[in-house]
Amino acid sequence: MAPRKGENYELSVDLHSEYREKRKDAIKRVIASMTVGKDVSGLFPDVLMNMQTDDLEQKKLVYLYLMNYAKTQPELVILAVNTFVKDSDDPNPLVRALAIRTMGVLRAEKIIDYLCDPLQKCLRDENPYVRKTAALCVAKLYDLRPELVIDNGFLEQLHEMISDSNPMVVANTVAALTDIHIAASSQPSSSPNDPALFPISASVLSKLLIALNECSEWGRVAILNALARYVAQDDKESEHICERVVPQFQHVNGSVVLAAVKVIMIHMRGVRREDLIKQLVRKMAPPLVTLLSSPPEVQWVALRNINLLLQKRPDILSNEMRVFFCKYNDPLYVKVEKLDIMVRLAGDNNVDALLSELKEYASEVDVDFVRKSIKAIGQTAVKIDSAAERCVHVLLELIDTRVSYVVQEAVVVMRDIFRKYPSTYEGIIPTLCANLDELDEPEAKASLIWIIGEYANKIDNADELLGIFVDTFTEESYPVQLQTLTAVVKLFLKKPDSSQGIVQRVLNTATKDCDSPDVRDRAYIYWRLLSTDPGAAKAVVLAQRPPISIPRTTLLGEVSSLASVYHKPEETFVGKGRVGADSLQRKTDASDDRFSTQKAFQTVAAGQQAENLLDFDDTPAVEGRPSGLAATEVLSHTPAAASLLAGTSSNPLDDLVSIFGAPTAAPPSASPHDIFNGLAMNNGFSSGATGSLGSPVTQSPLVANIANVSPRSNQQQPQEDLLGLF
Amino acid sequence: AFFIFNQKGEVLISRLYRTDFKRSIADVFRIQVVSNPDVRSPIITLGSTSFFHVRVNNLYVVAVTKTNANAALVFEFCYRFINICKSYFGKVDEESIKNNFVVVYELVDEINDFGYPQNSEIDTLKTYITTESVVSATQAPETSSRITAQATGATSWRRSGDDVKYKKNEAFVDVVEVVNWMGSAKGTTLRADVDGHIQMRAYLSGTPECKFGLNDKLVIDRGAAAGGSDAVELDDCQFHQCVRLNDFDADRSISFIPPDGEFELMKYRATSNIKLPIKVIPTVTEIGTSKVSYDITIKTTFSPKLSATNIVVRIPTPLNTTDVDVGSVGTGKAKYVPGENVVVWKIPRLQGGQECSISAMAQLTSTTTRQVWARPPIDIDFQVLMFTASGLIVRFLKVFEKSNYHSIKWVRYLTKANGGYQVRVSQTFLPHPAMK
Repeated sequence: MAPRKGENYELSVDLHSEYREKRKDAIKRVIASMTVGKDVSGLFPDVLMNMQTDDLEQKKLVYLYLMNYAKTQPELVILAVNTFVKDSDDPNPLVRALAIRTMGVLRAEKIIDYLCDPLQKCLRDENPYVRKTAALCVAKLYDLRPELVIDNGFLEQLHEMISDSNPMVVANTVAALTDIHIAASSQPSSSPNDPALFPISASVLSKLLIALNECSEWGRVAILNALARYVAQDDKESEHICERVVPQFQHVNGSVVLAAVKVIMIHMRGVRREDLIKQLVRKMAPPLVTLLSSPPEVQWVALRNINLLLQKRPDILSNEMRVFFCKYNDPLYVKVEKLDIMVRLAGDNNVDALLSELKEYASEVDVDFVRKSIKAIGQTAVKIDSAAERCVHVLLELIDTRVSYVVQEAVVVMRDIFRKYPSTYEGIIPTLCANLDELDEPEAKASLIWIIGEYANKIDNADELLGIFVDTFTEESYPVQLQTLTAVVKLFLKKPDSSQGIVQRVLNTATKDCDSPDVRDRAYIYWRLLSTDPGAAKAVVLAQRPPISIPRTTLLGEVSSLASVYHKPEETFVGKGRVGADSLQRKTDASDDRFSTQKAFQTVAAGQQAENLLDFDDTPAVEGRPSGLAATEVLSHTPAAASLLAGTSSNPLDDLVSIFGAPTAAPPSASPHDIFNGLAMNNGFSSGATGSLGSPVTQSPLVANIANVSPRSNQQQPQEDLLGLF
Repeated sequence: AFFIFNQKGEVLISRLYRTDFKRSIADVFRIQVVSNPDVRSPIITLGSTSFFHVRVNNLYVVAVTKTNANAALVFEFCYRFINICKSYFGKVDEESIKNNFVVVYELVDEINDFGYPQNSEIDTLKTYITTESVVSATQAPETSSRITAQATGATSWRRSGDDVKYKKNEAFVDVVEVVNWMGSAKGTTLRADVDGHIQMRAYLSGTPECKFGLNDKLVIDRGAAAGGSDAVELDDCQFHQCVRLNDFDADRSISFIPPDGEFELMKYRATSNIKLPIKVIPTVTEIGTSKVSYDITIKTTFSPKLSATNIVVRIPTPLNTTDVDVGSVGTGKAKYVPGENVVVWKIPRLQGGQECSISAMAQLTSTTTRQVWARPPIDIDFQVLMFTASGLIVRFLKVFEKSNYHSIKWVRYLTKANGGYQVRVSQTFLPHPAMK
């Protein structure tokens, strides 16, 4: 027996009160306590007593309570079944709908058995409001007990309901079927003949197109998403779909506009009439720009998507760069996205306006934004050859400000420009070197060191400058150490006479006094290379690098979804408990278990993905490959790994060196130089601060020390599981 | 799942639509977002759980999902919810949510089912979810049927024909334009655009069919073919869901059956030939490191018959300003607000074709390190009645109804700027007098 005092006791007394108002008030108080997280499950029978009432509001409150506690009191829920079943026959359609809506979410095993009959009836209800509620209830039931849905023929009924006369019912039916489709197709055992799948056929298509113009805004989104999945039979059909969907661009709801954009982008591929394509593209631009005057969050989603669309069709907004100029009071996340888009829109005709904007931004106070602006200047330089000189000029002006983070970022950006335009801007190297003392961030330091190493033969005091870093070698961070090591070796290869001492010194320190295995390994490799075959060393260390460009992603099918916001495929952030690892694992299992090394790579890559998830700036280059960053990382290492697997020698190091003996054999995208030259810029350019030095550093020892791989990847798992604890 | 949090991270409303969440997910949000000062994105994904949040006053409106959800839809939904609450309670803050939590729960359940947004038309919702406790026992099933018919019908935004009766049939049309302008320090225009919307209040009986005409020539499709010389180019327009989009797509006609009462008929955007109602000429001079002098002139460019009201000019000063001497003010009053580092200059009314100016001198404390000052732009807010920056004019509004009654129509125009009318400041440096 519960204690006869305290809040719950009082509530229970009031719930039994003979006055209706008092009882209702007590229910409200129960709900209030429930909301703030107090446990009021003990009052279950008392609340349940009040379920049978004519007061719709009270009924809703009791239902709300039931939804929360039905799971904890399964044996008591059964008492409510009668009322539910009775309510589902009520003359009032609102009550009928309420009953069916609530029953679907109770999630108590016992009540589900009683759900099927009322649901059957409600699906055929004469009132559209009840029908649309019942349609969604089928999806709820499928979520709980898929076999019940299939056995009772609810799926067939839903398919019939696509032809319903009421557009709202059609929209909800489509939403329910899509929900079931997604649930069914994410099952590993799903077969293409699963009845739960919802293929869009030509007859469904025509019904959807009719309902589209009449249903509510949210319904339109559901229908448009279904249209996007339809595979057009020929170009006539694609044209037809596009023409029917285009009016939706004028809808006031941003999500409808984006959903329409998605359908058009997908079906435009099938359109062959050039004039129609032109017309579609022209019509798409204004609504996209209009989205920029919506609230900041919607704006942000729109911007992320515009960014995606531009990668597919750079011509959409070619004359609209000015609308992306940042406003002073835009939130940071909007500003950063606008920067990215401006760079994408940059061309010969507008680059001057862009540069003066970027320069303006670089004098703002927010450090992150300033850095991004400077980075954007660098990207512009890399993108537009003819503007590179002007960009460099702006950067020099910025370096003149002597603001520490501005200078550091500018140096990092200069590195990219040097990489893209080798031996063009050597004149400014002295200016950069003059700022050596200002640099305290690893990336900036490493960048300058890379530049010095690269131009060692043209900088008279290169050995002196590098000497500074060699002196403090053990105090520097690992990326700087790696870079120093490489730069000194480059110096030695270019000026062997004057730099013998320094190279000895750095190799000695790196192999003896350094506690990072990455640094030690690299030092050993260089040492061996230099001592056995200086020619090979030259081929490795001074190899030609592939050109860099701005990265692109293609996720057109995802417009306006979360995936489009992250610019990452869905499986990287939607997983069963563990980010992406599951799906990746599944793919590997299909191949061969003996390739466990490969698997290890993927796990590590997946772990990296998890890390990068919260880092929105990261734009992995996915060109139709299965899984984002993972794929690219894995790919760039496969040649090495493959030879490793093929090799018979037990010493992986020997193998690696032998690969480098013939660097021409490797494809350019995976040039061994990238692995060993810490900067690995073809990846680094996109991933910014975290990526460009980070990823090669964690990856390169991987090739050498496969044994180390598993503990590393395990370290990254706990972070993902954190949520599971709650 | 759907939550509302207050500023401290306490849950005010919690509604889980799906089974994949427990209530404790709310704690994750509190720890990761509410109590984390460095959140810089409206979407946070932790593991496979994504949190979408929108801040309004002192509240967080949060949607949580484990799927690859439609982000645009989620945010639109959050904003729709906020609008509905505004319309129900007058304002959206902790107090109003707490006081009306029963209604909020009813609303949340009605507008969203299993994570799919349902009917969110305020007009319809108000017919069956009410703030004052109406005992619905008295509500006859026929009434409910009518409600449900409306909630799902093709014109879900309007009650059926005979329910709406007015003695006097009137329609008010307000054309409201928000003009955004970004000027460079030299006074040239970096960008100028107009976000306009047409607000309509329809008090019309029965089921009226309306036709609406503007002096626009939509750039899309039409080119120079239509309209006279005074035609306005609209870059884009978007309509309330009552407007038949197909008709518009076919022949550019705006026809609709309006909801009863107030609604936003259309939104539009214009960027070409924007008439800027106010020009600003700023001169900001840094004198050495201890003083900054300001000379700012504003000019109204529109006809003298009109006037701008509620002009507020906000002139930012450096962060190390100790005090500002406001020298001479032409019209209105100016005051230095130390808390925000701005001089606020208020002019209640300024006629067209006039100009006035202000000069002020900011005293700075000497700092050891020269702080970077972001030089925020000067911002001007104002309102001009019966003026549209885009030049848009309502040509006609025709109302057709079975009973053929006479209707009166009123049109108003208003152009305003709030927060988006800015001119950048570049500084000219003068050496300190002592250093000359």
